[in-house]
Amino acid sequence: MSESSYFPPRRSILRKPSWAARLESSFFVLLRVATYGVLLAAAAIFIDIGWKGGRVVFQAAPPFINVPFLTQAPETLNVFTLDGQTVKMGDRDFRAYKAANPEKLRDVHVSTYVYSAGGIFPNIVGTVLLVLGSMVIALALGVCSAVYLSEYAKDGPFIRLLRLSIANLAGVPSIVFGLFGFGLFVVAFDWNVSLIAGWFTLAFMVLPIIITASEEALRAVPKGLREGSLALGATKFQTIRTNVLPYALPGILTSSVLAIARVAGETAPIMFTAAYVVRDQMPWQVEQWTDFFFQGVMALPYHIYVVASKIPQNDYTSDVQYGTAFVFLFTVAAIALAAILLRARMRKKYRW
Amino acid sequence: MPTETLKPAETATPIPRAPMPPAFVEIDRLNFFYGEKQALYDISLGIPEKQVTALIGPSGCGKTTLLRCLNRMNDLVDVARIGSGEIRIDDINIYDPRVDVIELRKRVGMVFQKSNPFPKSIYENIAYGLRLHGIKQKSQLDEIVEKSLRGAALWDEVKDRLHDSGLGLSGGQQQRLCIARTIAVEPDVILMDEPCSALDPLATAKVEDLIQELKARFTIVIVTHNMQQAARVSDYTAFFYLGKLIEFQSTRDIFTNPKNPQTEAYVSGRFG
Repeated sequence: MSESSYFPPRRSILRKPSWAARLESSFFVLLRVATYGVLLAAAAIFIDIGWKGGRVVFQAAPPFINVPFLTQAPETLNVFTLDGQTVKMGDRDFRAYKAANPEKLRDVHVSTYVYSAGGIFPNIVGTVLLVLGSMVIALALGVCSAVYLSEYAKDGPFIRLLRLSIANLAGVPSIVFGLFGFGLFVVAFDWNVSLIAGWFTLAFMVLPIIITASEEALRAVPKGLREGSLALGATKFQTIRTNVLPYALPGILTSSVLAIARVAGETAPIMFTAAYVVRDQMPWQVEQWTDFFFQGVMALPYHIYVVASKIPQNDYTSDVQYGTAFVFLFTVAAIALAAILLRARMRKKYRW
Repeated sequence: MPTETLKPAETATPIPRAPMPPAFVEIDRLNFFYGEKQALYDISLGIPEKQVTALIGPSGCGKTTLLRCLNRMNDLVDVARIGSGEIRIDDINIYDPRVDVIELRKRVGMVFQKSNPFPKSIYENIAYGLRLHGIKQKSQLDEIVEKSLRGAALWDEVKDRLHDSGLGLSGGQQQRLCIARTIAVEPDVILMDEPCSALDPLATAKVEDLIQELKARFTIVIVTHNMQQAARVSDYTAFFYLGKLIEFQSTRDIFTNPKNPQTEAYVSGRFG
């Protein structure tokens, strides 16, 4: 036993009150309050949209869902007082009514509110089309790049520069992507305002997310599986196709869920490239099938933008805003849920 | 290929193979580098056909590196390169640019330290390699899968759950599945990189018994940290130290009558 020790004398293991302990517990409280604060803010947003939007989308009488809102195109709302009663009518009904009873409406004052009647069906369709198309392009390009970066590329200055550019791309504001897409696809490629221009613009916007996350997912596949496959005489490509990519797919799909939410929600990239304020034909009403790709569409986020900032505000537009926001959240949640379910199935199939 | 490190033939040690069966794999004055760091110095070694050859030595002595040279698994390491020398199978230098690495690996199979069954069914684990070899018929696949699993002494344990995941097996079973997967494609040489280091004694005994059976059909090279294991399973033993081949003898001679004092110190447990 040595007499002198570098260590202080032994203390009891019982807890003693100290400033450090107090500081630690108060810091812990701070962390907890911050987390709950975030949760509270998110809850406030969701409850607000859920409550006000839910009243538009759901109704007390059967069939409990406001079917016209989900199946019709936006229309102008006409409001007038007739025989002491307030009548609200969509534009089409109003014209028919006016043609049928021209004398009844002669001296009646009619107020009109744009986009406040009808529904948002074309917008839902447009958003779904934009999401599906851009995700196909983004996944194809993103997964290929990620495979190249993680499996084939040898580390060097060029690859490092490439990675840096990809990381920087993630920080570019979406409006810049919108203008880029406008300049390249709409003007230079002469695609006009079209689905395909929107697809590529949105795809480029989410590429950094997809590439980065896919690379992570590929790296997470144990090296032993690659070696085991190569040692059996598989080529590198066979190995990647059968023994690396399938196991990375759940991780890649996780990144897609994030990307889907962004693609569906971004307004700036599509306002110059793909979105129409209003369009009479539905996307499938085209003369030739090639026209399908070169038509603009209506989209939910752009519709919210228009009804929230481009038209006079009143109670009727407020309903449309909240209803659209509600349906938008629901659509994104549904697409994301589909991706999550797909991932769960794959995880079950390939587990390591 | 730079030749400045290649020593003149007359000063190089001759390939020691005098009392041995003909060498199937000839390693001839091999110098191997990771970047600037030399990992193997002038290794010459003839690995006898249909025998078990053990590579022993302390950690970092280059035995795994040498093993992974034999099926060019080191190609996967960016900075790995052969400085000089050859490894010949059937008188063909496997580092010749004309060599098809894929065909080489079909003939030189490998079992890894950490068992690495694919996250697929037991059946698919074995069928995977067979499909790579162009065997597609269900009946043929079934037959070879059964034969390989029997060959790896695993059939009786898994015959009722061939379509369950290979990852549901115990560690020892997983390693035997990897052996089954390797022998299914009928290589000439099987490389084993510490195949029992993660197994308990009972599972180890099973794998060791299996190695004894397999040597009738395959040339086996096994890297092991465990000297008792080398003594039990191998016919020939090569002792490596700091990237150099110190001694290569029949296993009995290495353990009972080592010529080199370093070998003696290692096998008697005085260092390493």
